[in-house]
Amino acid sequence: MDLVESYRDDLRFVRKPFAWFLLGALLVGLLALPWYAHTSWVVRATVICLYAIGVMGQNILIGYTGQISFGQAGFLAIGAYTFGHLKLLGVPFFLALLGAGLTAALGGVLVGFPSLRLKGPYLAIATLGFGIAVYQIFANSEILSGGRSGLAVPKLEPAFGLSREVYVYYIYVGLLIAFTIITYNLISSYVGRAFVAIRDSDIAAEVMGVNLARYKLLAFAISSFYTGVHGGLFAQFLGHLEPQTFNVAESLTLFVAVIVGGLASIEGSILGAAFVIMVPTLLSEYRWFVPVLFGLTILVVLIFEPLGLAGRWLKTRLYFQLWPFR
Amino acid sequence: MARFVQYALTGLSAGSLYALVALGIVLIYRSTRVLNFAHGDVATLGTFVAFALISQGYPFSVAFPVAILVGALAAVAFYFGVLIPAQRQGATLLGQVILTLGLALIFQGLIVYQWGAEPDRFPFPLSDSKTWKVGPVFISELSLGTFGAGLVGSLLLYVLVQKTRLGLAMRATSENLPAAQTLGIPTRRVLGISWGIASALGVVAGIFLAPALLLDPFFMLDPFLKGFAAAVLGGLNSLPGAVVGGLILGVAESLAGGYVTIQFKNTLAFVIIIVVLLVRPEGLLGHEFKERV
Repeated sequence: MDLVESYRDDLRFVRKPFAWFLLGALLVGLLALPWYAHTSWVVRATVICLYAIGVMGQNILIGYTGQISFGQAGFLAIGAYTFGHLKLLGVPFFLALLGAGLTAALGGVLVGFPSLRLKGPYLAIATLGFGIAVYQIFANSEILSGGRSGLAVPKLEPAFGLSREVYVYYIYVGLLIAFTIITYNLISSYVGRAFVAIRDSDIAAEVMGVNLARYKLLAFAISSFYTGVHGGLFAQFLGHLEPQTFNVAESLTLFVAVIVGGLASIEGSILGAAFVIMVPTLLSEYRWFVPVLFGLTILVVLIFEPLGLAGRWLKTRLYFQLWPFR
Repeated sequence: MARFVQYALTGLSAGSLYALVALGIVLIYRSTRVLNFAHGDVATLGTFVAFALISQGYPFSVAFPVAILVGALAAVAFYFGVLIPAQRQGATLLGQVILTLGLALIFQGLIVYQWGAEPDRFPFPLSDSKTWKVGPVFISELSLGTFGAGLVGSLLLYVLVQKTRLGLAMRATSENLPAAQTLGIPTRRVLGISWGIASALGVVAGIFLAPALLLDPFFMLDPFLKGFAAAVLGGLNSLPGAVVGGLILGVAESLAGGYVTIQFKNTLAFVIIIVVLLVRPEGLLGHEFKERV
């Protein structure tokens, strides 16, 4: 077993040489994916990457800060449409993505204000209301949603002699890796510790000197920034936007991903995103079964495995580390 | 003026159904502190059971009680089969809320599997094309029946909660659970019955809403969310508040749809939620829970 002797040790991302090897193998496997996998798998991996960013953002809010939100589809819609309109104005990809994230973050701060006074179920209702209100505003406003035919987003032009799918895949994987590293650093900084303190007991956190208003708003802003970027990437991937994409079901899917992946876990967010993307793909013959399976998974996870897939992974790892003892 | 009365009447009829949905949500919330996100889907299930029975030729008078019973049983089964085991495992309140969300997803999938996602017309004994003219305003048979259903449902619940021994036990359980247990009230059974009654109210609302909307697996989502808004408006732990909230929401929505814009009629409910939560989080008739460290 490894012994943690100092706070520095505790913060270290990778503790053993073997873990470096595994991480390296994973990265190489991801980067080489277009060479050994079929294009359809590359596209699926692309969707998982963009989803994982949004799920990570929601996990910062729900898992780390303990502020529940059912309105993620609203931020998603804001991000996606901002991205689409900026792209149509000729703004380059990364700037448009930044714009999408910042606009959604602004929306997050607006929704965050009620969160200063609301807790638990009340906040869930308020955010649910926000998500639906945004959906209805987009559905009823032709200027924003591009009218009946929807909003067409210009495609990315591939470079370096890659096919479009592979090019998009590399950009998205790069962004996912960047966001993962940023999130790890954020969570182990004083900001992350303030979030966790608010989750565990906001009154105690306030007594210890955490500025509740500032950090709750910050959590909302960061989380919706991630979701906005997710929205922008989603818009780029779809190439065509309709308000129907951003309904309540989309919020629930993101929520299921957080719960199934594991609350307060960054690897869990990625696993959860993979889960909610792969299940509908594998069950494409039995579409009605997808919500049933999501629901059953929630029941099973909450009753038997509260830490989700990430918790299962930790336990499996621990089992092999301790083997043959238990 | 006639226009105003007409809109107000239409609103009252819709609002009485929102009140029924809100009553179910409040009944569960104030006894178990769980927000039941599966409320709309249980109601949808019941309505579909009624639809299936009527399509097979059973009369409405048979289908209606059977549907209510199915809805109630589904909720009771969920309470005893899932929530209680989860509580034994030490599930938090938030965890229990998420469990109801899981139940909602399961019901959605099963309803789509059994009845398909295509919208159907719900055969109903009351029609909305048959109208009476009272003074300058028109009242349709359906909206009168709807208002009646809301009124009767609320009154029955009032009698049950305020005038019977079961109601007394329900009030005691929601007031102070450990004290109720100490006094020998079978609190689990009482809470299970509360879940059943709440879902029965939801099914009644679903059956009366189905003829006005088209019947599809997601038709209860909107009324459910409005019931939620009504419950928040009236106060999540107040039963009279749910009725008042439902009626106010129905009228406000109908007036806003008539005088301002029909497009954003549905958004109003959520604006109301957010404003109420910001200004008076405990609602019009509710009272606040104070948190102690």
